[in-house]
Amino acid sequence: MRPPLSMREPLEEVGDALADDALTRTPPRVMSSRARLIVAIACVALLVAVPFVVPGYKTSLVIETLIFATLAMSIDLLAGYAGRVSLGHGAIFGIATYVVLYHVTTGGGSPWVAMLLGVAAATVAAVVFALLAIRTSGVYFLLLTLALGMIVWGMCLRWTSVTGGENGLRGTVAPAWLAAQPVFYFFILIATSLMTWLMWRFAHSPFGLTLQGIRESESRMRTLGYNVPLHLFIGFTVSGFFAGLAGTLYAFFNSFVSPSTVALAQSVEGLLMVIVGGVGTLFGGLVGAAVIIALENLVSFYTERWPMVLGFMFIVTMIFAPEGLLGFARTLLARRGAEHRS
Amino acid sequence: MSMTVFQAMNGATFAALLFIVASGFTLIFGLMRIVNLAHGALYLMGGYFGLVVAHRTDSFTLALAAAALAVAAIGFGTYTLLLRFVGGNVLRQVLLTLGLALVLDDLALVIWGGDAFTVPIPEALRGPVQVGSLVYPKYRLFLLLFSVAVFIGLALLLRHTRLGALIRAGVDDAEMVDAMGIDIQRVFVYTFMLGAALAGIGGVLGGAFLTLYPTADSDILVFSLAVVIIGGRGSLAGTAIGSLFVGMLATFGQVWFPELAYFVIFGPMALLLAFRPLGLFGRTA
Repeated sequence: MRPPLSMREPLEEVGDALADDALTRTPPRVMSSRARLIVAIACVALLVAVPFVVPGYKTSLVIETLIFATLAMSIDLLAGYAGRVSLGHGAIFGIATYVVLYHVTTGGGSPWVAMLLGVAAATVAAVVFALLAIRTSGVYFLLLTLALGMIVWGMCLRWTSVTGGENGLRGTVAPAWLAAQPVFYFFILIATSLMTWLMWRFAHSPFGLTLQGIRESESRMRTLGYNVPLHLFIGFTVSGFFAGLAGTLYAFFNSFVSPSTVALAQSVEGLLMVIVGGVGTLFGGLVGAAVIIALENLVSFYTERWPMVLGFMFIVTMIFAPEGLLGFARTLLARRGAEHRS
Repeated sequence: MSMTVFQAMNGATFAALLFIVASGFTLIFGLMRIVNLAHGALYLMGGYFGLVVAHRTDSFTLALAAAALAVAAIGFGTYTLLLRFVGGNVLRQVLLTLGLALVLDDLALVIWGGDAFTVPIPEALRGPVQVGSLVYPKYRLFLLLFSVAVFIGLALLLRHTRLGALIRAGVDDAEMVDAMGIDIQRVFVYTFMLGAALAGIGGVLGGAFLTLYPTADSDILVFSLAVVIIGGRGSLAGTAIGSLFVGMLATFGQVWFPELAYFVIFGPMALLLAFRPLGLFGRTA
């Protein structure tokens, strides 16, 4: 743990210092590759079985989990690998949802074209966000992405003639052949698995390693001759692209979008999923999404005070387990493994 | 013509409120590097406390005092019970205050419900006043004077008191202040309480003309963020200029481009940041 007063360095070093924090540190690997294969196969089997074992409402919860897991992973690409925590990804996600619904309901276009347009719009938004935000790091990055996300929210709320204001846009988007729930479930499962694989590849590519290098020390990477702003720019854009893809799937799933889809709360929930699952673990996003969405539904069953529970979760996680559930488990396993060996 | 003057006055008085709220935010941000995302929630809490006291005692002054004290107490609790445990880790502090904001907002919703309330203002401040050809609400002029008083008070506090000197020294180099044998933690607690109290006072003042409603906190928080981002961390003058800038843009933006009002506020802010990432008066060290 860093001493409380060592945050007096210039801005850049603050970014470096943040990288040391438990929040943005990749935990050690503990499972053997064989154990991981078994876990992976078990997960896949479980996911395939879902629509047959628990059809109806619970399957739709799993669909929601998969979509938000993708959003969480896209946030983790930046937070966990480049060390930049964004509070604007909910807005990028929601832009895609808005564009899809607008194109299909108001424009009467095809859902697949709408999907393309949605992802394109989200990517353009990510480009704009990235151009403004990559020069900052640490808290300033957080503030700036928060403010940019708020612009999107404000526009969606006030630009009534296009976005429908508070009422939002409503309409069935998904094509008819996806109407049956098991079909739709497998469509989402395949799409999100593909995106997860792509993000994993991206994070573990030489480019992803460069991002990790920037997280560890921006100045060192610059000295080594890496174009740091360009890498961050591309990293942000790719991350926004995946957030946009998740947003289009959400349009298919939800058939409704309102300003709350682009609100700060969306970014906050996505970030909490990342933190609960463990920053820099990528797959942790799935665990986090499952935990948060399951909890949200459980809590809503008993009380309407979900925001309060969410807030308390944030406080408790930050104080006791900033490395998240997966990170916590990994640290525990690593400690046990070390004791075992000695 | 007089309409433009009227709007400019509205912009200036809104800026006055923003200054009171954002100066508390920037004090905390400047000294401790804590981005207190619960600042909006503290504003809302202060407004509701003031509302209760004003209804019970019929005194606006008491309402202001009660709100300042109660919210300072919340600030004290927040710092000593929560933020100390994540000391030094800037990101964890920010996210913790975000959690706190969610809790406080929901608490306010439980206690006071979803209706909009107005804090009653004293008889002396009601009604309009005529300045030349311009007829303008008395209360808003009072708000303008009040914010100038807050500005002078804070400037005097920072320039001419021991606490002020410690805060200024802490903004420049908190580690060094600590090394000189001064209990910087105590300075931190006082500053956090002062910043929170300013949010509480802002809540009462704002609640009297903007009304209090469940999402008022995020509105004021976003504006305060914009002010601090434009003005730069920990600078009183920067906060004043930032407030004026944001207050005017918000007021005229809403008149000229009602649908794109948000963009009018944040577009220039984003542009400014592209050239000065630390704001107008921001310093790195």
